[in-house]
Amino acid sequence: MTGVSLLDVEDLRVRFQRKGQPATTAVDGVSFSVDAGEVVGLVGESGCGKSVTSLAVMGLLPRRGTSISGSVRFDGTDLLALSPSELARRRGRDLAMVFQDPMTSLNPVLTLGRQLTEVLRAHTDLDRAAAKKEAVELLGRVGIPDPRRRAGEFPHQLSGGMRQRVLIAIALACSPRLIIADEPTTALDVTIQAQVLDLLTTLVRESGTAMVLITHDLGVVAGTCDRVNVLYAGRVVESAPRGELFAAPRHRYTQGLLAAVPRVDAPEGTPLHPVRGSVNDRLAWEVGCAFAPRCAHADAACRVPDIALSGPRPEHTARCVHPAGTPLEVA
Amino acid sequence: MTALDALTPQAPPPAEVTGGGGAGPWRSAWRRLRRNPAGIVGAVIVLLFVLVAVLAPLLAPFRPATSEWFGEVTPTSVPGPSDEHPLGLDSYGSDLLTQLIYGARSSLVIGVVSTAVGLAVGALLGVLAGGIGGWVDTVIMRLVDVLLSIPSLLLAVSVAALLGRSPVSIMLAISAAQVPIFARLLRASLLAQRGQDYVVALRSLGLRQRRIVVGHMLPNSLGPVLVQATLTLATAVIEVAALSFLGLGDPNPAVAEWGRMLVTAQDRLDQAPWLALYPGIAIAVTALGFTLLGEALREALDPRSGR
Repeated sequence: MTGVSLLDVEDLRVRFQRKGQPATTAVDGVSFSVDAGEVVGLVGESGCGKSVTSLAVMGLLPRRGTSISGSVRFDGTDLLALSPSELARRRGRDLAMVFQDPMTSLNPVLTLGRQLTEVLRAHTDLDRAAAKKEAVELLGRVGIPDPRRRAGEFPHQLSGGMRQRVLIAIALACSPRLIIADEPTTALDVTIQAQVLDLLTTLVRESGTAMVLITHDLGVVAGTCDRVNVLYAGRVVESAPRGELFAAPRHRYTQGLLAAVPRVDAPEGTPLHPVRGSVNDRLAWEVGCAFAPRCAHADAACRVPDIALSGPRPEHTARCVHPAGTPLEVA
Repeated sequence: MTALDALTPQAPPPAEVTGGGGAGPWRSAWRRLRRNPAGIVGAVIVLLFVLVAVLAPLLAPFRPATSEWFGEVTPTSVPGPSDEHPLGLDSYGSDLLTQLIYGARSSLVIGVVSTAVGLAVGALLGVLAGGIGGWVDTVIMRLVDVLLSIPSLLLAVSVAALLGRSPVSIMLAISAAQVPIFARLLRASLLAQRGQDYVVALRSLGLRQRRIVVGHMLPNSLGPVLVQATLTLATAVIEVAALSFLGLGDPNPAVAEWGRMLVTAQDRLDQAPWLALYPGIAIAVTALGFTLLGEALREALDPRSGR
């Protein structure tokens, strides 16, 4: 990775400490970077630390009982070192977030227009009328029909897909340079998923906004991302340009994920290959590869502490002792 | 009608679906409220009570507490209903109906003002506690716990005794007993909002904490407070009467007051039981009205009671 990236996450660790319980490490040294205008995917199954990573970057984790270390550099400044109010000033203006559940992420008692103008007025010096006009325009831009009327409506009057459009409009309202989209389509119908994803990528590409797309769905990644980071047990296990990841995955976990995706063009009767077990059957990275207990290729060599990301080229690295050399050889 | 006609769906009434901007959560609560018979009874009672209180000078046949017919009251008898006095006289020789009508007035004024004060102070404490959290929350809530541990009537009696007998002290006494209830309620409501997705979403947009609490979480927390305020009005009406019954009410005899009417009626319970009966009924019905309305509001504002 050359030059200074827009977002540079270095060795991010998040631990949750509850009274009387052992601490849980949710993110265990995640590093990745996002260049300006680039769309980067963070992929992994539930519990691998993707959402916690995004909340940590945004500074939205509860302060009490959480310890965060590492660095999150946004355009050169370490966001983790900023005071809450300095960070608040950047949120919404420089970096914004689109959440998973459009049904609950809007305030139920305020009109859509109010919720949009509020963000606009918090970060720009538009007056009430100008903000209102801009809000209607934004609603139109995200493909909401009859935006003027919709602006006066309440969230429960819109479908899930429409609400997610509104959330996208709100996130894009102040033209941030980075958007973090946390499973933006998971709560939507399949037919709507494609539309919303399409809208999101189009808008992001048009405005040159960088995006971190968090998802468990490789299909979502395939259509949108420039680069993909696969997360497992709180660490990036593979990082590659999109095409290479799908054509020649190196980490056994990535391979497993790809083999588990149902394909429409597969011959009838082709079995799916699930990745056995769950994220809970894992080792500490300090002991060995966390994926080893679920991996068909694991042997004694996998039990070495802190396996590094490596690969023949810096653009495509994997944290694996026995990386795959050939595409999709299913064990 | 052909079979095809029967299958063709009738055009749905467009009002509900495309109600452009008119279907806020408050409005749908209002719709649910209107469909609740108990709520309508409560609302009618409350409305009547308010009308009587406001229009007392127009409705009452005479002026209050004049003792104009004191001569007609003897130590052994109080004149009952007559053409001139539909409910008879009270033991001081004033028209009983007039006294009852003006009694509504003092109950309303004291009840509403004390509830308003209790609500305002309690809500302020609740917002500070639930919105800021941390040590502010701890300090406020411990104070509130102390207040709450004193039975409300005892608290009201103490405050009234401490401040002397005046309308203001009654109001303060009653509101003092209400403050902890509102504070706790609003704090709990706010805390329930704090973990909601939309609050996290608002934080991700860089809105200030104060703005989120006041502009977003508070409007979402007002439902239970509104219900409590209505129910509290019922309690307030009873407490006004209770305080004057205990001799801590408004000392001015020219102000008609239901609680005091009950006290004076005590001496003549054997001769003229209606002297106690009418104000008693007035207090009970008014309290019932507010309670019915409050309960109906609770149902209407509860999204789970999907009616």
